[in-house]
Amino acid sequence: MVNYFKLIVLGLITLFAMMAANFARDLAYMVHAWIIMAVSFGLFIWTLRGMGKTVLHPQDEYMDGVVRYGVVATAFWGVVGFLVGVVIAFQLAFPVLNFEWAQGFANFGRLRPLHTSAVIFAFGGNALLATSFYVVQRTSAARLWGGNLAWFVFWGYQLFIVLAATGYLLGGTQSKEYAEPEWYVDLWLTVVWVAYLAVFLGTVIKRKEPHIYVANWFYLSFIVTVAMLHVVNNLTIPVSIWGSKSVIVWAGVQDAMVQWWYGHNAVGFFLTAGFLGMMYYFIPKQAERPVFSYKLSIIHFWALIFLYIWAGPHHLHYTALPDWASTLGMVFSIILWMPSWGGMINGLMTLSGAWDKLRTDPVIRMMVISVGFYGMSTFEGPMMSIRAVNSLSHYTDWTIGHVHSGALGWNGMITFGALYYLVPVLWKRERLYSLQLVSWHFWLATIGIVLYAASMWVTGIMEGLMWREVDANGFLVNSFADTVAAKFPMYVVRGLGGVMFLAGALIMCYNLWMTVRKAPAKDASLSVAVPAE
Amino acid sequence: METYSFLREFADSWMLLFLFVFFLAIVAWVFRPGSTKEYRDTADIPFRHDDKPATDKEARP
Repeated sequence: MVNYFKLIVLGLITLFAMMAANFARDLAYMVHAWIIMAVSFGLFIWTLRGMGKTVLHPQDEYMDGVVRYGVVATAFWGVVGFLVGVVIAFQLAFPVLNFEWAQGFANFGRLRPLHTSAVIFAFGGNALLATSFYVVQRTSAARLWGGNLAWFVFWGYQLFIVLAATGYLLGGTQSKEYAEPEWYVDLWLTVVWVAYLAVFLGTVIKRKEPHIYVANWFYLSFIVTVAMLHVVNNLTIPVSIWGSKSVIVWAGVQDAMVQWWYGHNAVGFFLTAGFLGMMYYFIPKQAERPVFSYKLSIIHFWALIFLYIWAGPHHLHYTALPDWASTLGMVFSIILWMPSWGGMINGLMTLSGAWDKLRTDPVIRMMVISVGFYGMSTFEGPMMSIRAVNSLSHYTDWTIGHVHSGALGWNGMITFGALYYLVPVLWKRERLYSLQLVSWHFWLATIGIVLYAASMWVTGIMEGLMWREVDANGFLVNSFADTVAAKFPMYVVRGLGGVMFLAGALIMCYNLWMTVRKAPAKDASLSVAVPAE
Repeated sequence: METYSFLREFADSWMLLFLFVFFLAIVAWVFRPGSTKEYRDTADIPFRHDDKPATDKEARP
């Protein structure tokens, strides 16, 4: 019965997408219509062929198939995102790489949002999906709620990524940083996200443990807050249902404030709270010790979510935003330093009594350095939010360096650590294929980040100082082009740092692939059989 | 009073007070007597059900 309903809906979507492709007013919309038509028609055939089959959801087994897919997607999108990052880094250093034949598709302006969304939403998002599905099952001692809904969330999210990525290249963007996808892509993400919330919350509700483990609190706050941010920042009215262009309901400084309320909390709840959920599960597991202080973890959670939501206005110093609002954002950003470092201490001290593992286990080394980078960038961030510091740092490459020490160092490294933990467990292997390759990945990535962050500090502060330099008569000394010329060596170093980080990720993919292929299987008596899903 | 002024005043008076007191209450609740023992058990959750879900018999109240 449900399948007949599905067939009708998929058929209607296919038909509508055909009409949309025909009436399309712009290229991005037309390509998207074709993609949606192909996907819904494929699903129609797939559903038709699967009529009468029932998928079993045994409640005495974890649903790990979707987690395995999530792990593969994380590694895949990670490499794609890092590669695009390396390309655009060299486009900045060598503008000739903005090829004439690719103008309008693969120049810096088109590729930049592709890079940011690929690493944050595709790599980071899939890491969050996979680990949250894994962690919520283990810490609730229950199978994922909702049967195949978790698969819908996974594939729906991949469709969102493909629509977003192709949209950027073809010019379908609403020009809001980190929220570039146009209205219909936003609507689709909202549907997927509600399903994600349902799966996660459903699993928490049917848990067999009396308490909700702290990692799940962080994951839940990430899911709920991102839903709220996404909806409010994407309240747009489409110009036509046959075109990608839409107009936001907010105007002027309100729009700027909503955008940076969204933008900063995307950092706060997507890249911080969600990944802290990872930290609170995978560091104790890898160190084989419970978290240092559970009390601190609860205070960490509430302090973080109470403070982060107010920090956004620090992106709008010296703008039309009233001073009281930007001062409020600045003050909350500085207070935020405390819970951030409380969480960092909690993560690091989990290793107390097991510090020797740092010498023998490169995976835990990766997790520890990620928490170290978290501490560093959550110190740097509040400092840069201070109005006086911001007057120097804003609009310079210092900001980009800060973002990358957080994103590559904290989000990247904790994700790599989680992947190294998950792959042997999910594919029932005794161990990783090679710890030596993990060490190679560790050092390549670490040195890459150091090159990246250091070159961006130098070039950022340099250009900030050059912009404000005035001569005895009060005239500006440097033109904008002077700063661009002066930045060239640092841009090359930054690109090399990116190459090293990408090389490390490729080594990881090889290592994980060989773990699945070659590492000895875990003793069958220790585990349940891999379910055929 | 216009909506903006009303919300401004409400936000930086009663709502601020409510959120601040709520936060302090959480901190006080975390350090309630007996919490150390309970949290030691809670912190061990990741080490309990690695391979398969808990059965109804194993479920803890």
